[in-house]
Amino acid sequence: MKTTETPAPPPAESGATVHKTDRHPAARRPSGRQREGTVLNVFSHGVLVIWAIMVVMPLVWAVMTSFKDDGSIFGSPWSLPDRLHFDNWARAWTDAHMSDYFLNTVLVVGGSLVGTLVLGSMAAYVLARFDFPGNRFVYYLFVGGMSFPVMLALVPLFYVVNNMGLLNTIHGLILVYIAYSLPFTVFFLTAFFRTLPTSVAEAAFVDGASHTRTFFQVMLPMAKPGLISVGIFNFLGQWNQYMLPTVLNTDPDKKVLTQGLVQLAVSQGYKGDWSGLFAGLVMAMLPVLAAYIVFQRQVVQGLTAGALK
Amino acid sequence: MRHGKYRFIVGFLALPLGLYALFVVWPFIQSVYYSFTDWTGLSPDFKMVGFDNYERMLDDGIFWKSLRHSLLFALVLPVVTLALALFFAFMINVGGRRRKGGPAISGVRGSAFYKIVYFFPQVLSIAIVSLLFAFAYNPDSGAINSLLRGIGLDGVQPLWLGDPDLALWCVMAVLVWSTVGFFVVLFSAGMASIPAELYEAALLDGANRATTFFRVTLPLLWDTVQSGWVYLGILALGAESFAVVQIMTTGPGGPDYSTTVMVLYVYQKAFRDGQAAYATTIGVALLVVTLAFAAIVMRLGRRERLEF
Repeated sequence: MKTTETPAPPPAESGATVHKTDRHPAARRPSGRQREGTVLNVFSHGVLVIWAIMVVMPLVWAVMTSFKDDGSIFGSPWSLPDRLHFDNWARAWTDAHMSDYFLNTVLVVGGSLVGTLVLGSMAAYVLARFDFPGNRFVYYLFVGGMSFPVMLALVPLFYVVNNMGLLNTIHGLILVYIAYSLPFTVFFLTAFFRTLPTSVAEAAFVDGASHTRTFFQVMLPMAKPGLISVGIFNFLGQWNQYMLPTVLNTDPDKKVLTQGLVQLAVSQGYKGDWSGLFAGLVMAMLPVLAAYIVFQRQVVQGLTAGALK
Repeated sequence: MRHGKYRFIVGFLALPLGLYALFVVWPFIQSVYYSFTDWTGLSPDFKMVGFDNYERMLDDGIFWKSLRHSLLFALVLPVVTLALALFFAFMINVGGRRRKGGPAISGVRGSAFYKIVYFFPQVLSIAIVSLLFAFAYNPDSGAINSLLRGIGLDGVQPLWLGDPDLALWCVMAVLVWSTVGFFVVLFSAGMASIPAELYEAALLDGANRATTFFRVTLPLLWDTVQSGWVYLGILALGAESFAVVQIMTTGPGGPDYSTTVMVLYVYQKAFRDGQAAYATTIGVALLVVTLAFAAIVMRLGRRERLEF
């Protein structure tokens, strides 16, 4: 408000300096200033539109390709499909085992997401709210896991998991996903629990609730926004996970979506069903993109929350 | 808050900490230990060999290649991604057409739309993105070369991933493509929270937009930029570069080791060549590089924190 009353700045020393600040463009060099603003505006839109196209084009190309037959995929990659070959999708879903990969992914991510949130919030709550010897040590042990290269641990981990009989099992993969999701989850939720008021928990405690009950009935409901953020973060991370299953889950029947698709791409080299593969790719992309568009605000909040801490 | 406090703490920490120790901490410790053995991973027998693996690593030409590529990833990816993201975010936030009586600086129209679209790659798996681009890069039937043919550039038909001089950059471009959007949204939120008076004051003092960006916007966003830098570096040294290189390149790591990175080399030594001990040695080197990178960025980037 007050800026509109500010007198216009004195003319610039050098003619090359361009003010776009002038509050009264009509008063001085009107056309020049306005053109400046317009040029910048056109330039901004130009750059932004180009990047938007670069982001969207590969995705549109994939969708288009998934409806074409093999011949036109190779012959004319950018042409529109002659008709919508829905049979590509059917083939991918059944013959290429996309349905199995989906089911495996849903099971693994479902299990590990619940486990991550429960175990992560338990640990974070204790670390945020209770003073005990070793508190800081445990906290940094968890948080340190965020900056270590996971691949280093995967070599021995393979044999740890193998010796426990958990290799190539859904529950084994769930346990590993949880373990590797804990560092960020504990880091994020510890900070979150610290921001919650202590008075409510104390009141519940005075009323005779146990620590455990206070946690589950008072603190967890209060921590819901934080749980949603970190839940979305972990959901995407686990749904899109590629490295962990590639190492620990080599049984073709247990494959999750990402590795299943890569496997498909490798084997298509011999079978030559490229249209089916593209249908599979789009099938794997669309649910996540659709969910993102619907829950856009929450997803962005969930993913950027950690970085803004 | 006394009775049963310790029982509660132990009860709540036991499961998460136990799981974490077993699957994360313990393997890390083990792998450092294994790097001093001749363990193959195929049989349970091994003996201590001292620094043999480390000496072998220093003589291993492929290791040096992978180290060089990994370092290149860790340097180039953050710089390019963050620069592009800052540029786009600045355009989104200051590129708006001036309206009479409106604020001195305003966002472009449709900024919400741009942010939604730019964020797409962030929600997709890097594995799927890599597959998609592996096809797009195909020299004969891929989207990129046929697009070039379509606009009349028949002479320009690079082999992309098949060209040892180009392959690494192709792979890096995919990582840039998939990471820029997240930072545009992040920086955009940061820029929107900078009080408009600061911009107006700078503009009144005769600063142009570039100066405003370097003197006002960037310093105030520095904390976010710096943590983004560390985050991207860890990404470029670790899981993300593993996925893109392993999925997209021939070999993988080829052609002629031109794209191999440390994390891929660890994987190949351990799970393809049956040299688990040597793999952990390279893994330890990767750990050292990662920690050194984070330390350097934090150190170089240290500035007085600006409050606003």
